[in-house]
Amino acid sequence: MNAVAAATRVDRAWAVLGQVPDPEVPAISLCDLGIVRDVREQGAALEVVLTPTYSGCPATEVIERSVVEAIDAAGLGPARVSLQRAPAWTTDWISEDGRRKLRDYGIAPPGPVADGGAVPIRIVGRRLAPVACPRCGSAHTERLSAFGSTACKALWRCLACREPFEHFKPI
Amino acid sequence: MQASINLPADPQLQYLLRIGDTCLILGQRLGEWCGHAPILEEDIALANMALDLIGQARGVLTRAGDQCPQDYDEDQLAFLREERDYFNPTMAELPRGDFAFTVLRNLMLSTWLKLLWERLQDSSDTEIAAIAGKALKEARYHQQHAADWLVRLGDGTEASRRRVEAALATLWPYAAELFAADAVDAAAEAAGLGPSVAALREPWLAEISAVFAEVHLPVPAEGRFRSTGRQGVHSEHMGFILAEMQHLQRAYPGGAW
Repeated sequence: MNAVAAATRVDRAWAVLGQVPDPEVPAISLCDLGIVRDVREQGAALEVVLTPTYSGCPATEVIERSVVEAIDAAGLGPARVSLQRAPAWTTDWISEDGRRKLRDYGIAPPGPVADGGAVPIRIVGRRLAPVACPRCGSAHTERLSAFGSTACKALWRCLACREPFEHFKPI
Repeated sequence: MQASINLPADPQLQYLLRIGDTCLILGQRLGEWCGHAPILEEDIALANMALDLIGQARGVLTRAGDQCPQDYDEDQLAFLREERDYFNPTMAELPRGDFAFTVLRNLMLSTWLKLLWERLQDSSDTEIAAIAGKALKEARYHQQHAADWLVRLGDGTEASRRRVEAALATLWPYAAELFAADAVDAAAEAAGLGPSVAALREPWLAEISAVFAEVHLPVPAEGRFRSTGRQGVHSEHMGFILAEMQHLQRAYPGGAW
């Protein structure tokens, strides 16, 4: 395959992956989530390099399968997935578009990850960064639990509109 | 029944298994809370942390399996070893106890793991360094969760305070093992694989003391008891947890779903 055709195939694959939803947060695509690190041709196959979000994320294997299926369905296969652990995934890689889609879906997007760690160094007595309610926009909110329905989210509630909501944890 | 696998005597392998087994066994203990935690949010939190730990164990055990001439995979290492070939510190295998016990153990072990992952980011084994980079972020959340709860329970009611003190009296003797360095640590340190656990003692004590100070919980003195899980010599509780974990793979070899 010549260079132009290869570039087209890789570009088309990126476009396809931009339509593959995250299985646990289907409002955003794998590209929005920032876990697609590279797409490249390896011989006749297309290699998609993914970075896992959490060590134990049960969606990782589903994501691998849906990537291969989507590339095949678009006629760009065969495809294979490789996992790249370093550098570790951070919520800072979620695109602006992805953040907007999260908010529209009712999930408060993550704030920026603090230098040197996702959370402040102080173990006790720390102040939580304010999280705005994705429904009414109020900053008058409180955290109910640091862990939520999936590894990547925490439970919050809005004290203004009284609605509970999920917050995508900065990590 | 599926036969047990044999491990080569290799200090670097044992070093990795000590880490992987800590995550595996603690993850299993936290998983026991699923459906039993005092409130729904904590049920979810404990299951989430168990999932992180199992994920970390998968990564480390896969890497450990690569170092065996038989090229074992994560499942073989997780489910087909004899008790003496598991190397988690004994603290991880103790029965889950009440919520105060679980919170305090999580605080002690997540602090220990956090300090370990921090240093393992510089491992000469790039795969281990990559796993550590991810696991560190997770361990920080686990530590904060446990510290928040220890303060709530320690400053809570008379009953919650009493339970925290009882948990501390039970758990503290097992803390000494976390820092008891031996030839395995020396070999790992010399190879650049990871730190000797002795190096974790001071920062661990500083962080634990800071949390205890919030609720005026005195740091107990170190006694003479030494548990020996990291040598493969476990408490009477280990056989039971392994029987539960291993049953399926022993009864249905290679079973998958």
